[in-house]
Amino acid sequence: MKLAALQRRMARAVMTPLTPSEHMRAVASNGRSMRKVAAEFIKPNDRLTSFERLEIYNRQYWWRVLASLGEDFPGLCAVLGEQRFDAMSKAYLTDCPSRSFTLRNLGSRVEMWLRKHPKWAGVRQALALDMVRLEWADIEAFDGKQEPPLAADDLRGASPTKLRLGLQPYITLLELRYPVDHLLLEVKKGGDKDFASNAFREQHKKKRVAAVARLKPGNIWLAVHRADNSVYFRRLEREEFLMLRALRDGKPLGQAIEAAFRQSRIPAAEQPAKIEQWFQHAAAMGWFCRPDRPAQKTAPNTSKS
Amino acid sequence: MPANKFNGFSEFGIGIGLRAPHYNHILTRKPVVDWFEIISENYMIDGGRPLQILDRILEQYKVVQHGVSMYFGSAEKLNREHLRRLKALVKRTKTPWLTDHLCWGSVDGRYTHDLLPMPYTFEAARIAAQKIREVRDFLEVPIAVENVSSYAEFHASEMTEWEFLTEVVERADCGILLDVNNIYVSSQNHNFDPRQYVENIPAERVAQIHIAGHSKYRKYILDTHDHPVIDPVWRLYARAIERAGHTATLLEWDDRIPSFDEVHDEALKANKFLASASLAAAV
Repeated sequence: MKLAALQRRMARAVMTPLTPSEHMRAVASNGRSMRKVAAEFIKPNDRLTSFERLEIYNRQYWWRVLASLGEDFPGLCAVLGEQRFDAMSKAYLTDCPSRSFTLRNLGSRVEMWLRKHPKWAGVRQALALDMVRLEWADIEAFDGKQEPPLAADDLRGASPTKLRLGLQPYITLLELRYPVDHLLLEVKKGGDKDFASNAFREQHKKKRVAAVARLKPGNIWLAVHRADNSVYFRRLEREEFLMLRALRDGKPLGQAIEAAFRQSRIPAAEQPAKIEQWFQHAAAMGWFCRPDRPAQKTAPNTSKS
Repeated sequence: MPANKFNGFSEFGIGIGLRAPHYNHILTRKPVVDWFEIISENYMIDGGRPLQILDRILEQYKVVQHGVSMYFGSAEKLNREHLRRLKALVKRTKTPWLTDHLCWGSVDGRYTHDLLPMPYTFEAARIAAQKIREVRDFLEVPIAVENVSSYAEFHASEMTEWEFLTEVVERADCGILLDVNNIYVSSQNHNFDPRQYVENIPAERVAQIHIAGHSKYRKYILDTHDHPVIDPVWRLYARAIERAGHTATLLEWDDRIPSFDEVHDEALKANKFLASASLAAAV
């Protein structure tokens, strides 16, 4: 058998979902006996059949990718519950196996996939999507690129009608229908599986379930960002969010400010002070950079979901 | 032999894998360690804390890059995005040599994130050697390939694992990262004499040695890197350095990671064997 054919055959078997009792399936996806399939290319030994040897790799694959997804989306797990999250993860990974050399990107398509498969979240679809977006933004903020921040000199003398500012690539702006930032922080608190006792984990699980149950809808605007190499969720005022989003979308400063206050309840007299406050904060955090980056993007709006 | 073209003519001693639970200890206590091995993929990112930590480590320690997803043995083409990011990291770390596994793990752009075993065929050896050469030419750094632990053997194989390893490294003219724990694990899973493996590899190509612990189950052994090194593996190590000389040695401990000192102490047990090898060479 040629190398490419052998590898394709083995990969197909390894990536086939396990049975509910975490064994390799007896029947391959094409209807053939998996015992026969395994025996065609894997030797048995004096202790293990071909099927059992292949099963070691099948199990290891699923345990690895499921563990990785679970580490990246503890908030979604809290929203869906462990059993449903586990089932959803298997379905997601079957539809969207890794296409990256790094497990870091394993969950990059969860949001898109969950939108197409709302049955997994059911009545909690909007909450689940908000949480997925926040958790993916968390990953992006953790190791996203940092451009040189703009200094005051870079802005001196620029006309507001022409001045364009970029936002750091590691920042994601999110408009959410649920206050999932607090929920995620609650979930992550004490979520260290390696060191927590069973009793502590059980207690924490009960707290998570209660936190999800009492969560009420309420629009929030967030910047998921990084400072001193730690990730933070910063709540923004709606107008601040709109201004930053317009800047990220490439609008000149004047237009960005106009967009921010178009339907604002902030009295006109207070607006200059607000703008100054937002700019002071963003500049102090090094959020602004040159706009000539290709990756100027804004996360989609959940209200469209 | 210890310093050779496959490890950039470097003379490294005993190192350990750089792992996140030890970051704080290393940065605050600054322990004396010959060198650290990093998992390349953990740092092939655009920014953030991992790179900041790496830069601080690089200020004080020697670092060698070890990869887990190049998949030299994969029938499909090399991933250019992977290579581009890896080259950027090579420039950052100035690794004197670079290692990855003689295995495969992706098909049609889908990644298993596993180190899957090779069929020991001449076709596979030719493909792997060609890819190793391509990677070396692109990265401009010596490459050494690691033998993996395996739990399956293929009907298609035309030679033993050590013959396959030799075939690949000689075709590619590259080095070997000899993992003596992996040899032991595979020998138990496939009923061969691990000593025969060590006796038959081209010792002059050994750039680095890995030692590690594993987990024994009823019918097979898994390469889990979560235990101390067992005596039979130390004996294989002793024979490997008798043949290859005083070679850069690294202890891998990746799961249920104990304190930094415990990991380092386990690694330093290799000194006993390295001293014997140096003595034998002097005589």
